[in-house]
Amino acid sequence: MSDVITRSQPAPVMIGGKQRLSVIDCDIHPQFGSKDEILPFLPERWQDYMKTYGGLYRQALADTLSHPRMAPDVARNDAWPPKGPPGSDLAFMREQHLDANNIDHGMLMPLNRGPANQRNLDFGAALAHAVNDWQLHYWVNPEPRLHGSIVIAHDDAKAAVVEIELRAKDKSFSQIMMPPHSIEPLGRRKYWPVYEAAQACNLPISFHVSGVNGFASTGSGSPSYYIEEHHTNVRGMQSLITSMVLEGVFEQFPQLRIVLVEGGLAWAPSLKWRLDKHWMRFRLEVPHLKRPPSEYIREHIWFTTQPLDEPDRDQDLAEILEFIGCDRVMFSTDYPHWDFDDPRFVLGKLALSDEKKEMIFSGNAKKLYNLS
Amino acid sequence: MTTSAPSTRTRHVVARAGEIKPGDRKLVEIAGRPIALFNLNGEFFAIGDKCPHEAGSLCKGKLGSFADSDEPGKYHLTHQGEVIKCPWHGWEFDIRTGQSYCDPQQVRVRSYDAGVAHGSDLLTGPFKAETYKVTVEEDYVVINL
Ligand code: FES
Repeated sequence: MSDVITRSQPAPVMIGGKQRLSVIDCDIHPQFGSKDEILPFLPERWQDYMKTYGGLYRQALADTLSHPRMAPDVARNDAWPPKGPPGSDLAFMREQHLDANNIDHGMLMPLNRGPANQRNLDFGAALAHAVNDWQLHYWVNPEPRLHGSIVIAHDDAKAAVVEIELRAKDKSFSQIMMPPHSIEPLGRRKYWPVYEAAQACNLPISFHVSGVNGFASTGSGSPSYYIEEHHTNVRGMQSLITSMVLEGVFEQFPQLRIVLVEGGLAWAPSLKWRLDKHWMRFRLEVPHLKRPPSEYIREHIWFTTQPLDEPDRDQDLAEILEFIGCDRVMFSTDYPHWDFDDPRFVLGKLALSDEKKEMIFSGNAKKLYNLS
Repeated sequence: MTTSAPSTRTRHVVARAGEIKPGDRKLVEIAGRPIALFNLNGEFFAIGDKCPHEAGSLCKGKLGSFADSDEPGKYHLTHQGEVIKCPWHGWEFDIRTGQSYCDPQQVRVRSYDAGVAHGSDLLTGPFKAETYKVTVEEDYVVINL
């Protein structure tokens, strides 16, 4: 019968059986085509530095992650373009993802070389600046559906603020990006200048799971398995919210908006219940909090869907989303990584009204990022 | 593996036997249905290409084994070279049966009856081969559907 090797393009993502659903993807990973691709974006001094010393992450083995990943380059096996690593080829990304999945807007989440992981803070700042130029050159300028994230090395808050202020004028960037695994809990005052700048520029801060801070990922050492380490992404997000709320970040910066990417969401209700309960008892310890912690979370935190929590009954997920607030949940895929979520699948799992589905797939992100 | 089909089903010629080497696979389509076809040491197996989880293309996955264990610290491999791992989230399926490892009772892909037929057999009976000119000299992979 047939000799067909290429699959036909997937059907457009439809809602209500007829209408094409507009999709905004809050998590797309662009990658360097080769490790030297970033060099021309660095000043000579840092090019030399990079060639001589490489990166110095905050752990014993320089330039490595704590655990080997699930798949080569953390990627879907089918996301390798004809040349270069997954996520490095715009034409391939357009065909396999942007066009095939109705992506009207995509938020870039460059994890490349982890500027914020660098122990040499000046190198970190130079690298962040270079990655931002690289995003414009290779991705945002040639593809208007893609939006940049301002990468910063936040442990030098002063340098980070310079970078934010420089980029915030450029509409090619829609948000600021930081790793949740930081050296100090993220509500601490050393990071406040960054939050102040974000508020002043009216840009959300997106925390995408990542960060090599030199600490074991659990409170009792390094886990044996990747599956175990992978789960610490959830705890990382919980610590981040807890610290920001309890340190009073949202009292200080009442317009600050935070996006959590790839850390799940089904745990959010229980965190809210517990924090509120503790706050009733320990309120005097944190008198700067004027409201129960859950209210700060409800107001300031946006959650993204991928990797979708998959309870047996879709109704259970819908209840959790309602509890969090469907206006605070945004769709994401994590393309081209191995735990990518397909929009058709997520749409099928949302036991919500069409109106709420549209909010999650595009409406909320449109509002947050001021997109048309 | 069969070489003949019950009369109620149609034999679909999907490939020349020689074009898929042992250990290799090919994505074929019958009536718009994508099917992943595998050559396991000369035997052919076919399963639905769409992963029941989020519809990743199984044909693009990695072939390997099931790792099994009776107690922590010990493991052994079974089904070597017979397990396809979805390229997206890594769910594993037995290419002989389409059964999944984590939930064999409920999660499976359809498995199809695939086999090799000689051109001379095919030319005598009904079969469908749109892109293959079937000749008496060659062997073909046939899926009965
Ligand atoms: S799509 Fe196959 S494992 Fe998720």
